[in-house]
Amino acid sequence: MTTGSGISIRNLSKSFGDTAVLTDISLEIAPGERVVVIGPSGTGKSTLLRCLNFLDRPDAGTLQLGDLSVDAKTASRAEILALRRRTSFVFQNYALFANKTARQNITQALIAVKGLSKADANRRADDILRETGLTARAEAYPAALSGGQQQRVGIGRAMALDADLMLFDEPTSALDPEWVGEVLDLMRRVAEKRQTMLIVTHEMQFAREIADRIVFMSEGRIIEQGPPAQLLENPQDPRTKAFLRRVS
Amino acid sequence: MRALDFAYMWDLVPVLLGYIPLTLFMALVGMVCALVLASIMAVERVFRVPVLDWFVRLFISFFRGTPLLVQLFLFYYGLPQVLSFLTTIDGVSATIMGLTLHFSAYMAESIRAAILGVDRSQWEAAQAVGMTQGQMMRQIIMPQAARVAAPTLVNYFIDMIKGTSLAFTLGVTELMGATQKEAAGSFLYFEAFLVVAAIYWIIVEALAFVQRRLEIHLNKAHAR
Repeated sequence: MTTGSGISIRNLSKSFGDTAVLTDISLEIAPGERVVVIGPSGTGKSTLLRCLNFLDRPDAGTLQLGDLSVDAKTASRAEILALRRRTSFVFQNYALFANKTARQNITQALIAVKGLSKADANRRADDILRETGLTARAEAYPAALSGGQQQRVGIGRAMALDADLMLFDEPTSALDPEWVGEVLDLMRRVAEKRQTMLIVTHEMQFAREIADRIVFMSEGRIIEQGPPAQLLENPQDPRTKAFLRRVS
Repeated sequence: MRALDFAYMWDLVPVLLGYIPLTLFMALVGMVCALVLASIMAVERVFRVPVLDWFVRLFISFFRGTPLLVQLFLFYYGLPQVLSFLTTIDGVSATIMGLTLHFSAYMAESIRAAILGVDRSQWEAAQAVGMTQGQMMRQIIMPQAARVAAPTLVNYFIDMIKGTSLAFTLGVTELMGATQKEAAGSFLYFEAFLVVAAIYWIIVEALAFVQRRLEIHLNKAHAR
């Protein structure tokens, strides 16, 4: 099963004040493709993800998801909302709704955004909770959950939305090492469904396992990209080589 | 020095208790209206709607910057002279209106601060799942802001309960007005005002009890 419509990113640019963070990024992601973005810290990887659902508004460029085309310069509130409703986002710091239980974190958007009845939303949440191994913690509030559990809820919340494109912004970077494994396991299961995913991560082994393609970014630009074996074993650009030497 | 007339005080209690419903009525209606008005103004201040923002800031500035008593006199004695449809305003309505406007100005600022204190991740998560701005505010941001603002808002409510005593200056016979009348008849001012002070105090203490329950309820999501 292939989920989603893929995304086509063209000439995306973003500056914060005088600092150019993204310069002319173009990237095509096919439906069902799992793309991992790697690169040095502060290189615009997270900003790229955040620009794709307008958590940060890009300065220029166009995004195309299926029949939805959004021009950064002219994007209306309605277009931004439509874009957000076709994507889902997993945050580095989990960003669970603090006033909602694990179950409600999953059902909230299903009811408010997707218009599901409470009963249907709860049934969907039951499935998700089972899949994420959190059935026993369904009624717990985020403050009572471990970091790993919180991030599994965060991923579950995103899964429930059945988005065309799932965005993962360093989902394991804020976790204590003991919780990283369970979160990566869950992401592996999501990847196995051929969900279209764009993942920013520093977990190289994980990237090698699940990625169809790895994109290396440096200083706000895409330097090179390719299948994991090619990019990780035989990088062409000196910057990629230097980065891979540092992290391996 | 003379001895306190305890028998008089004892007899005065049931008389004054009869006025508590009116006091609570004015405070409760005022509080509900002020909460609604303050929440609207607080959200406006956060989003800074053009033109409206200027008006809200002027409103807050005026109602924080002038004494409640002056505002009550303005509404009850002043406004009817220039706005003829207000000539029928009674003291109770004028008090409720004054309390609402006055306290909404303070409450708007503390609700605004509480909204701004809600972690950025909560706003971003609500946006990322595709909520509209209204859904985000109602379902995610305001409930969390309420928890932060609750202690201050209860404080304003306490202040409001005591503020209802100013209705007596508009000729309303409420708790304070009734006490004044009783005291004027008996000349036992000290006893009468001692009793009414005790009644206000007990009402506020009862409210403090409700406040603790409310805070436990609002904090249930944050207990580990």
